[in-house]
Amino acid sequence: MSDAVQEKIKNYRTAPFDARFPNTNQTRNCFQNYLDFHRCNKVLSAKDQDTAPCDWYRRVYKSLCPISWVQKWNDQIEAGSFPGKI
Amino acid sequence: MAHPSQLGFQDAASPVMEELLHFHDHALMIVFLISTLVLYIIVAMVTTKLTNKFILDSQEIEIIWTLLPAIILILIALPSLRILYLMDEINDPHLTIKAMGHQWYWSYEYTDYEDLGFDSYMIPTQDLAPGQFRLLEADHRMVVPVESPIRILISAEDVLHSWAVPSLGVKMDAVPGRLNQTAFIASRPGVFYGQCSEICGANHSFMPIVVEAVPLEHFENWSSLMLEDA
Repeated sequence: MSDAVQEKIKNYRTAPFDARFPNTNQTRNCFQNYLDFHRCNKVLSAKDQDTAPCDWYRRVYKSLCPISWVQKWNDQIEAGSFPGKI
Repeated sequence: MAHPSQLGFQDAASPVMEELLHFHDHALMIVFLISTLVLYIIVAMVTTKLTNKFILDSQEIEIIWTLLPAIILILIALPSLRILYLMDEINDPHLTIKAMGHQWYWSYEYTDYEDLGFDSYMIPTQDLAPGQFRLLEADHRMVVPVESPIRILISAEDVLHSWAVPSLGVKMDAVPGRLNQTAFIASRPGVFYGQCSEICGANHSFMPIVVEAVPLEHFENWSSLMLEDA
């Protein structure tokens, strides 16, 4: 994993401002990072690479997403009924 | 918190609320001045014996009572827009807290590092200690570090609620399935009260919000203690 990415994850304080989601409604910001974490894991594991860079997305979605939403989505993924594309 | 027979806003505890308070003073002063002027003119018109049946027009006064209102409106609009854009500034938060509305309590989640979550119920009137405030106190307060920009994400688990703390100048609707973001900085340590601001059923008036701003070390101690208790 590159040094820059490692630095960023080590100095993580909270989810930074994301210009893709500049407005009050942050629902998509949370969902997008959750999706990106799982997609990142899936792609990097498929290539047998270190999944540590995916940690950024995990920290961001943990900061932003309500715990109940994350639990529900995790259960859906296990049950195979998750609506997003991973 | 609010006081009996209070007329103005609560003391500001955040920079944004200070600005809003001063702007309100400015706009209200203009309102009082105009109202006084109009009332004076009405009384003067009503109590005079002088009449003038032959006045047709007057260029001078027409100019005055067109220009003066335009200038007054500009004097109101400029500070108003300044504050509007100030509230919309991109900020770089130090901490993210989630406030979830339930029927009929709030739950707060601090998940930047560990998964800390707890519920905040109103303290019933019969259980209040002397000196505590009726219908405003909660068993667990939302503790925040003072002078740090905080991002707060507000949502609801059942029906519409609204998270409001007047002294911080914050009010944001809690909508199920939606995550609404707002931010504030607590400029001074203290305890700040608010109440649910969207009708949500039988106990809508009994789910208060209590924010406690403390120095950073105290906040860190508190969050470690809360994690141990959880």
